[in-house]
Amino acid sequence: MNSRIASVAFNTFREAVRDRVLYNLIAFAVLISAAAILVGEISIEVERMVVVNLGLTAVSLFGVVIAIFIGIGLVSKEIDKKTLYTVLSRPLRRWEFVVGKFFGLAGTLVVNTLFMAVGVFLALLYVTHRFQRGDLPVLAALYFIVLEFLIVCALALFFSSFSTPIMSAVFTFALFVIGNLADDLRGFARVTTGLAGAIAQAAGYIVPNFSAFNIVNQAAHGDSVPARLIFYNTVYALLFSAMAISGAVIVFQRRNLK
Amino acid sequence: MNYSRHVNIIAILVLLGALAGSILTLKAIDRFATQPDAQQTLYVQSPKALRRMSLGYTGLMADIYWTRAVQYFGYQHHNHSLDFHLLAPLLRVTTELDPRLIPPYELGANFLAPQPPNGAGEPEESLKLLQFGIEHNPDQWRLYYNLGFLYFTEFKDYAKASAAFAAGARLPVTHEFMPVLAARMAQHAGEFDTARMLWYTAYQNTSQPDIRQNAVQHLVALRVDEDVTRLEEIVDKYRQQEGSLPATMKDLERAGFIRGAPADPNGRPYKLTADGKVEVQDPGILLYITKGLPPGKDPPTPRP
Amino acid sequence: MTTAAVEIFDLEKTYRVGFWRKRQKLALRPLRLTIEQGEVFGFLGPNGAGKTTTLKLLMGLAPPTAGTAQILGMEIHDPRVRAQIGFLPEQPYFYDHLTARELLTYYAQLSGVPAAERFPRVAAMLKRVGIEGSSDVQLRKYSKGMLQRVGLAQAILHDPKVVFLDEPMSGLDPMGRREVRELIQQLQSEGKTVFFSTHILSDAEALCDRVAVIHQGELRGVGSVAELTRQSQSKVEIIFCAANLPPALAALGVETRISGEMVNVVASQERQDSVLEILRRERLHLISLTPVRSSLEEYYVEKLRSKQSGKGASA
Repeated sequence: MNSRIASVAFNTFREAVRDRVLYNLIAFAVLISAAAILVGEISIEVERMVVVNLGLTAVSLFGVVIAIFIGIGLVSKEIDKKTLYTVLSRPLRRWEFVVGKFFGLAGTLVVNTLFMAVGVFLALLYVTHRFQRGDLPVLAALYFIVLEFLIVCALALFFSSFSTPIMSAVFTFALFVIGNLADDLRGFARVTTGLAGAIAQAAGYIVPNFSAFNIVNQAAHGDSVPARLIFYNTVYALLFSAMAISGAVIVFQRRNLK
Repeated sequence: MNYSRHVNIIAILVLLGALAGSILTLKAIDRFATQPDAQQTLYVQSPKALRRMSLGYTGLMADIYWTRAVQYFGYQHHNHSLDFHLLAPLLRVTTELDPRLIPPYELGANFLAPQPPNGAGEPEESLKLLQFGIEHNPDQWRLYYNLGFLYFTEFKDYAKASAAFAAGARLPVTHEFMPVLAARMAQHAGEFDTARMLWYTAYQNTSQPDIRQNAVQHLVALRVDEDVTRLEEIVDKYRQQEGSLPATMKDLERAGFIRGAPADPNGRPYKLTADGKVEVQDPGILLYITKGLPPGKDPPTPRP
Repeated sequence: MTTAAVEIFDLEKTYRVGFWRKRQKLALRPLRLTIEQGEVFGFLGPNGAGKTTTLKLLMGLAPPTAGTAQILGMEIHDPRVRAQIGFLPEQPYFYDHLTARELLTYYAQLSGVPAAERFPRVAAMLKRVGIEGSSDVQLRKYSKGMLQRVGLAQAILHDPKVVFLDEPMSGLDPMGRREVRELIQQLQSEGKTVFFSTHILSDAEALCDRVAVIHQGELRGVGSVAELTRQSQSKVEIIFCAANLPPALAALGVETRISGEMVNVVASQERQDSVLEILRRERLHLISLTPVRSSLEEYYVEKLRSKQSGKGASA
């Protein structure tokens, strides 16, 4: 069982790499280097903040776009085509396939983020000339961004299990946006009564809540991140991903392949 | 079918378990970060930067910030906080993003000026906000109403209040009470009826629950002030007639000055003090009253 | 009695189509069929008859609306079954970015081939289907025929007991088709069961022990090839050289065809002697005399034309 899941995961990763997905890193490297160099005009404090803010936001945005694209390319398109005929007629269970795909997808993103993280730290080093205590939160922020990616991958997987490639991309992106506004949604629920309020409250708990993961600004200011938050966010990301993945498994079990 | 049903059952259990777990974790995170964090709530200090970042979706951003402002105010108000320092910036950002949104001006007019915990304690900010609003919405009578309201309640500048109501009354689309309020401000500014009319119109013309509740509390307070004033006048008359102070309300009743035991709007009877003053039973729950308070007591602050 | 290779009990499939998934499309009527181990079984029918649907149901690629099936005594939904079966879909799609070797290695992993055996097994497969020259070229560069061979390789890679092939000859040139025919025969000699669907009757006739005819989602008939192609009234075909048709022959009233100097006569066995006598008398040169067997085609066409019954036929 595990070896099959690992096979699927590895194969997914290999496909992403051969699909030249990792070339996005070049664009990212150019962007962040340009920023680091241009920002050299301003005073030291703001310089650092700009690099952190820009760098982390870029990692986050690039990553989400990639997560959605390869999520669609590697999962939705595959389910839509007939490549699965010869795969699923083997002893591979359908749920193993889903889980393997998730790990492959997530793995690709983690590797991608790793490279980007190196880029960010190099840029940081360039503008501040040495690492400081205040750089640790940047690590935490990057970790949280990776957790966000896990959730986005799980969502892409879930939508791929029943809708077309384009619609999966749209739904995933929509949930990403809503997830970032989740706190506002719950705030809205708090001040609204009646049916609208009930719906808003339910929605607020079901959509992925990315607000707690977004500590980019804090990292830019060098504020330390409480260990409890790291723990809670990790648990939340794992639970939410598990939820989306099990949803994908359930839907995919019954699906008629083309 | 057995195998796939097996898998389905496990998957459903995992899904439900994970759902429950994630909701619980969210709640834990909520408890952990109780205060709406200043950074998170505003995220960007400068409205201009925010405007640019909105990529044209300024309307939506304004709506989001308005929601945050309401949530922030509601949260602080509900917890009887003394700290409302984010209210002005939030309202500023909201109105800069969408100057045509009226409710923020209303909220600002009602709650930016009063001192904490009833408001943010920044009357100048309130004034600036309204003037910004009128500048961008010169035909909105509601804003002139709020301006007059502000001048009356906070600045006690009855002339300016009257002028504001009058200006609003001259608009092509306005409310019939505007000229009435203008006239009252000019002639009868100090009277109970004027204040009552103002608070009543404030109650009527908004749908924001916080503003309505505030208006009701003021109306109740007005009633109490009025009652106390009237009762103290009656006590005076009694003294002039009987030559001594009444001991209890019953005395006044027997002498024919009042019928029944007078009570405040909450149903609690007023009491007479030894030196002929009238006091309320329970000053703690009557906000904004200026009369009927026991000596040495400040206007009540709400119990947490 | 050994377990049947495949036993199908009233397997049925109805698709719900349309925007609201309200309309029903009947793809397969309740099908009842048994295939014995060691058989080469042909599944015949025109396009859209339900052949591919049946295979998809057996492979677990789509859930049946009703009915069950067993392969080697195990329910088709049991994942253990799939270690024992191989499947070649019609016009197979593979991961373009992989080479043949990588694909087969991946599939070997999924099929549970032990790590130590994978490399040799894959190499042997590549050789057996004749693509070892391009083993390390990405599949996106393969021709249709080469892809078909890869498809065959992945179907038999893990040494399955039952092999299911959907239109295995499609897209192949005559040489390729011959190779596939040889492969199927080899598989049979190895004791495997082969179930293949096709609409090319000559292949079925040459390879199969038994055939089934399916049309419009319904099983129309099942029979052994030997029986179906035997004719009670056997005929012979006589070919000889002649400038013109001997009048005595025309008088016999047998079927004749003339092309150039060659004459083709088809006569019943009773008339055979008379024809030969005429040839001898006219001193005409006999080229060949062969028994004519009625072809599978007649059985096929007859079954296709027969009225649809309400329920599926069984065999």
